[in-house]
Amino acid sequence: MAKFNKKKDGDVPAVSTASLPDIVFMLLFFFMTVTTMKDSSLMVQNTLPNATEVKKLEKKDRVLYIYVGKPTREYQKVFGTEPKIQLNDKFANVSEVGDFILMERAKKPQELQNVLTTALKVDKEANMGLISDIKQELRKVNALKVNYTTYEGDAFRNLQ
Amino acid sequence: MPRRGGPPEVNAGSMADIAFLLLIFFLVTTTIETDAGLDRMLPPIEPPDQDVVIKQKNIFTVNINKNGQLLVEEELLDLRDLRARAVEFLDNGGDGTCNYCRGGKDASSSDNPTKAIISLKNDRETKYATYITVQNELVGAYNELRNREAQRLYGRNFTEMEAEFLNPETPASIRDDLKDKVKAVQDLFPQKLSEAETSASN
Repeated sequence: MAKFNKKKDGDVPAVSTASLPDIVFMLLFFFMTVTTMKDSSLMVQNTLPNATEVKKLEKKDRVLYIYVGKPTREYQKVFGTEPKIQLNDKFANVSEVGDFILMERAKKPQELQNVLTTALKVDKEANMGLISDIKQELRKVNALKVNYTTYEGDAFRNLQ
Repeated sequence: MPRRGGPPEVNAGSMADIAFLLLIFFLVTTTIETDAGLDRMLPPIEPPDQDVVIKQKNIFTVNINKNGQLLVEEELLDLRDLRARAVEFLDNGGDGTCNYCRGGKDASSSDNPTKAIISLKNDRETKYATYITVQNELVGAYNELRNREAQRLYGRNFTEMEAEFLNPETPASIRDDLKDKVKAVQDLFPQKLSEAETSASN
């Protein structure tokens, strides 16, 4: 009965990988839609605090970012461990914040120049002294709209 | 001689490799942005033309010291009780002109939500995390009251209405309608949060 013995010879059939590209493309499109391009690499530690009453920052083109935090390990030898300000791709002093805002503002189209928001991405270990100095600089150049960027979560976890 | 069996098949076996390559490229060059936070307005630097006289009872002072302890209206307060105290102060309606307030109408506390000011002061050595927590609680107090009024007037939460209003994907017709409602609720409890310049610790 050769008819019935046929199945036994030969190994397990190979798994078809024909749909693998489709799966990978699906992943690719997912990442393309939910992520945004990195505009500057972080040189400071940036663990944001948590808050519950957050508002979404809409419209990326109207936001200027200021990062504050301890320099990351590779920069600690040169810049120490005190919290520093990072503007674009370099460390800066408090006095440079105003110029940075004015320069970035000038780069934006005319109609957006009055509606810019400054997002402060500050590490939760930073001290308020530095933040107050930054706020004072922002007031000097009339950049009054700020957003303290936070994670969404229970605010009392900040205290631990 | 005509070709038999149609055009030859293109080998698509390496398609997966190409897609993986693209995927990995996007994985390394992009980030998932954390783009939410507490919106605040800084006070303009020019001093007002004339000095405004504010009654002491209309100011709710919050002081944060360098250890993260709170001094609220001259007494020590736990951070967890701050929101309730702020709500109580804002919702007081001491002079009876506020017909939507449900507070205690205490004559020694704020007159009217539109006059009530929260003054926040912090030390230079205060931790940023503590400061954000305090800001969060104070904004939370305003939102709590605004939600209550929005529920009463329009049957939905203020925060939800505001988020929909700010979302650029909302159709313009709905936005126009929401704009007036959001404005009306904001006017009932205007956010008057003054941030004095920080004091140096000594």
